[in-house]
Amino acid sequence: MDRFRMIFQYFQSNSESVMNGICGLLALASVKMYTCFDFSCPCLPQYNMAYGLGIMFVPPVTLFLCGLILNRQSLVMLEEWRRPQGRRKKDLAVVRYMCSSIIQRAMVAPIVWIVVTLLDGKCLICAFSGSVDPEKFVGFANTSPVQVQQLLAKVPCKDDELMRNNTSRKAVSRYLRCWSQALGWSILLILIVAAFLTRWLRPCFNQATLLQARHWSNYIDIEQKIFEETCCEHSRLFAHKCILHFFKSMRQEIKLHSFNLPREGEGAEGEEDLLQGITDQDQVNKLLKMWYCDKPPLDVSQV
Amino acid sequence: MDKFRMIFQFLQSNQESFMNGICGIMALASAQMYSAFDFNCPCLPRYNLAYGLGILLVPPLILFLLGFVLNNNISMLAEEWRRPRGQRGKDPAVLRYMFCSMAQRAMIAPVVWVSVTLLDGKCITCAFCTLVPVETLGNASHSSLSQGEKKRVLARIPCKEIYDGQELIANEVAVRYLRCISQALGWCFVLLMTTLAFLVRSLRPCFTQAAFLKSRYWSHYIDIERKLFDETCAEHARSFAKVCIQQFFEGMSTDLAAAHCHPPRKTPADPGEAAEKLLGITDQGTMNTALKSWHRCKPPLRLHPPALPRGNGWAGERQPPTYTPVPRRETAAYYSRV
Repeated sequence: MDRFRMIFQYFQSNSESVMNGICGLLALASVKMYTCFDFSCPCLPQYNMAYGLGIMFVPPVTLFLCGLILNRQSLVMLEEWRRPQGRRKKDLAVVRYMCSSIIQRAMVAPIVWIVVTLLDGKCLICAFSGSVDPEKFVGFANTSPVQVQQLLAKVPCKDDELMRNNTSRKAVSRYLRCWSQALGWSILLILIVAAFLTRWLRPCFNQATLLQARHWSNYIDIEQKIFEETCCEHSRLFAHKCILHFFKSMRQEIKLHSFNLPREGEGAEGEEDLLQGITDQDQVNKLLKMWYCDKPPLDVSQV
Repeated sequence: MDKFRMIFQFLQSNQESFMNGICGIMALASAQMYSAFDFNCPCLPRYNLAYGLGILLVPPLILFLLGFVLNNNISMLAEEWRRPRGQRGKDPAVLRYMFCSMAQRAMIAPVVWVSVTLLDGKCITCAFCTLVPVETLGNASHSSLSQGEKKRVLARIPCKEIYDGQELIANEVAVRYLRCISQALGWCFVLLMTTLAFLVRSLRPCFTQAAFLKSRYWSHYIDIERKLFDETCAEHARSFAKVCIQQFFEGMSTDLAAAHCHPPRKTPADPGEAAEKLLGITDQGTMNTALKSWHRCKPPLRLHPPALPRGNGWAGERQPPTYTPVPRRETAAYYSRV
């Protein structure tokens, strides 16, 4: 009984900590990916904005989807959402709670990417160098519009022959980086304040509902794990029985030469109980189908 | 029994995490292989495309096949596919499930290689440098080169040291352009793969959950059954070998005693465990003969019933039961020594 309880607590705490761990790992992976990624702005008028904004927004979408894929609970939530009602009522509050917790965890890595991108500044400089007002900068003030566009597009490329010693290039670059970093820090501040307020104000609204939703979402998660464990156990015993039956036909001849027979004899009754009388393929299939289509009610008082 | 169960649960849970671990290691290995690989663009018009696309596509194929080779379950799948029907029906859904799960794991390393290659940009730069739009990026009208000459000049874009077409198109401009295209392709590829994986994972519970549970259960079952069967056979082989060797020593002792006209076995008044283990061989000469005989003339794979505890050691009046073949290769036929 004690061991059972320890295992339960392990699963209970471990599911949350595993998901938090994955969340943290993805956030670190996103920073590492950004530093490894060789950002090279094309420095061409039409391509800059597409490249800059693409690098800022496409990887976050990928990281968000990765966060959803790697989270085991998303499958559990989908299953709970799509299962037929059967004898167990569906509580949409639980599904909503699970959904929101999954999405919150999956959002961490994309936000880290966007904030790191903005604080670094290269993406914004690449995307918006063609959109600055050339009148503000001495080097670009008195040139034709077409030429100014070409020159501004080359601002992110320090080593370009036209831009190598251009002081106005540095001015534009600093200006855009300043905006980028301001935007980055503002977004970070807003998000942290929002997270703080959400956590602080949550107990003021619907705390009871929240406790219930959290309890039943943990329950569904644990129930799923234990069902899988039980199926594994059952299939192992099923296989054992099957093989014993196969060797039984040679049992008279093997007899004294086989040393594991006595052990199996003792354990046979215990195993019969564990198999619960389910001893062939059709019965197992029916059991699995029943589990999905008609879950038992949450009421163990009659057992 | 408990220990047996614990070991199996460990194996069962560990098989999945073991395969995921192999998957992760192969993905890291593929990224490491790419960074260790010394990419050398030939910088010649027709060779560039072949080299670039070859490096982009051939290693992923090799990694994909390697993913299958390193997966232990491939032999299990083949066995289940090819076995005769017999008394147990075959379920194609189970075979499909096993194949799909193996293919999914094997796909990860090639996808990592292709993504890293595209995001790095060298392959695409090498493969498509002759297709750079010189009209928009450079001075196409300025130069008086023929098409072939132009292609030859453009083919040298990846090799900065020998590039001689600065007036046609600046090297940095062309490289930046090609790398931008390559990285855009790379991120689109990564996004596409992630979206596919997400759709596959999230649509399954919505449509085929019952069938999925069934296939997963039976594929685990087949795996466990195979392992258990191997274990049972190994135990059986151990017992068989033990008895065979015991009977060899006893036979040797009896034969030698008969040859030297000694009584077959000095049954001591109080047969201790050590005396029993000596199996009647108690001097150097006998032991040496036994060892030589073991090497020169191994006993047949035929076990006879054990000696009853009587004076001369053998006999048994009951009829010998027929000994049907054990599984796998050994055949054992019974014969009487009376």
